[in-house]
Amino acid sequence: MAPVLTVKDLNVRFALHHSTVTAVNDLNFTLEAGETLAVVGESGSGKSQAFMSLMGLLAKNGTVTGEALMGDVNLLALSKPALNEYRGRDIAMIFQDPMTSLNPALRIKTQLAEVLVRHKGQDQKTAERHAVEMLERVGIPEPAKRAESYPHQMSGGMRQRVMIAMALLCQPKILIADEPTTALDVTVQAQMLDLFRTLTNDFGTSLVMITHDLGVVAGIADRMMVMYAGRSVEKGTVDELFYDPRHPYTLGLLTSTPHVEERSRRLNPITGSPPNIEHLPRGCSFHPRCAFRFERCFAEVPPLRELENGRAKACHYEDKLVYEESAA
Amino acid sequence: MIQFILRRLAVAIPTLLVLIVISFILMKVAPGNPFAGERTVPQAVLDNILARYGLDKPEWQQLVEYVYNVVFRLDFGPSFQYRDRTVNEIIGQGFPVTFTYGAWAFVFATLIGVSLGIVAAVRQNSWLDYLAVGFTVGAQVIPNFVIAPILVLVFTLWLRWLPGGGWNGGHWSNVIMPVIALSTSYLANIARITRSSMLEVLSSNYIRTARAKGLPSYQVIFGHALRPALLPVVSYLGPVFVGMVTGSVVIDLYFSTGGIGQAFVNSALNRDYSTILGITILLGALTITANLVVDILYAWIDPKIQL
Repeated sequence: MAPVLTVKDLNVRFALHHSTVTAVNDLNFTLEAGETLAVVGESGSGKSQAFMSLMGLLAKNGTVTGEALMGDVNLLALSKPALNEYRGRDIAMIFQDPMTSLNPALRIKTQLAEVLVRHKGQDQKTAERHAVEMLERVGIPEPAKRAESYPHQMSGGMRQRVMIAMALLCQPKILIADEPTTALDVTVQAQMLDLFRTLTNDFGTSLVMITHDLGVVAGIADRMMVMYAGRSVEKGTVDELFYDPRHPYTLGLLTSTPHVEERSRRLNPITGSPPNIEHLPRGCSFHPRCAFRFERCFAEVPPLRELENGRAKACHYEDKLVYEESAA
Repeated sequence: MIQFILRRLAVAIPTLLVLIVISFILMKVAPGNPFAGERTVPQAVLDNILARYGLDKPEWQQLVEYVYNVVFRLDFGPSFQYRDRTVNEIIGQGFPVTFTYGAWAFVFATLIGVSLGIVAAVRQNSWLDYLAVGFTVGAQVIPNFVIAPILVLVFTLWLRWLPGGGWNGGHWSNVIMPVIALSTSYLANIARITRSSMLEVLSSNYIRTARAKGLPSYQVIFGHALRPALLPVVSYLGPVFVGMVTGSVVIDLYFSTGGIGQAFVNSALNRDYSTILGITILLGALTITANLVVDILYAWIDPKIQL
């Protein structure tokens, strides 16, 4: 079956005062129907900007090149009015901060109903009825009453449920969730992941989960893509990457995640800090922080190479990665 | 809501009383009196005049009688300056004129100012934006006593389209130039406030959400951004409304409109006690009302505000 989304050579650049920075560098990936793809990386790795660019939501100084094919439509080539036909209907997005992502001056039902009026041509009454039904589906108690509320009358978790309801109103082919649980309580996080799993399953929606939380990835994703400094450095199924990481950065992410059962006194962070994308190191962007680096890493950017069963990595190091606890 | 309005009106009464007392004291403390002139008047004549206007009584008694007349008879007393006119007549004659051109100026400044601000914000850093910002800077720095004579020069003396002054019962041709001269700088301020507030709202997360929903731009701007963006504009509009409908001595002077602005300044210069007090109370009442309307508008714009 053809993928619902094929992204080719995606580049996102931002013009600064005297220079241009490349936030996303030659990104290629596909999203299959019904699957959940986790996009993992530190802050500044370009994971959010890559998907903002697909939605036409880059800041004014941002430009995007490449292709993003949804069926035979290239999202990146559409004019703004043409893109407006697709976003909200076939491809929807949920943002990190539910506290500020809803309009404070409008009732919940208004904000939901306008999506259906816009994309399904429903009249206001019908749209509001469907909005209430969707609120019920995302687990909001007393949905008819809550539909009359304003955002400030709801908790963060409730607001994120409203955002999910809003995004799924038109049963989109693709749902992009940009760190949807980061701002929420841990107890609410688990409920939210359940909700994502159930609803995307019911609607046959493909989910892109942008996150830096490997717990979220393990809980929900089929495949994952690890991003570092604007490039994808490793791709594969979640099981493969969790149990057999091939890129030192993926390994670092996994070993830096604390586990309850280990109770080691020290955390194992990846040493150093993410690079400034205005001044990327020569060669592999990760080499200053990498324990496996050798001469080639200082000079050559490693290309993303296909490995067995659809896996891919961008690293010069060929041997098996063996994790050694840092002496520090 | 109704409770809120009643509560505010209840507070308005003591506020106005305090305003009367303070204005009264200030007037009495200021040197001079309505009948001090260059000519020396015999003491007996002066005593007669003072007795005629009740100024021979102790000050506290004057104040009490004045307040009594205002509160129970809505009578602001006789003018000290114009022997045959009462303050009620002066206000009744001048205020309708002032209110007419003031209200038009307010509507004009608000509509054009807000529209200009929206256009500039939506097309930020385009030539339209630069044009709007350039215009507002110009309009802000040119005072109305410069704009007024230029208008007269162009539209009356050169083009001969509009009469150069007079009121003519509020005929439109007499209203246009006072409205433009009075509103220009306010219009510029409104445009600038709208622009910066709109820019802030347009970069907010909930506008990103609205865009992600695929709403067309006009719906994003007018359905989602405008109302929150108007909040700072509305708080500026309250005092502007009062300032405009109570007129301007400059407008009344240049266009001979006969509004209350000139009467107010003259009364202060002539120590026309009763006229000063009368107009001050009118201004106070208008200010209180305008603030009340602003607060109600606030609650409508921002549902977080509970009345």
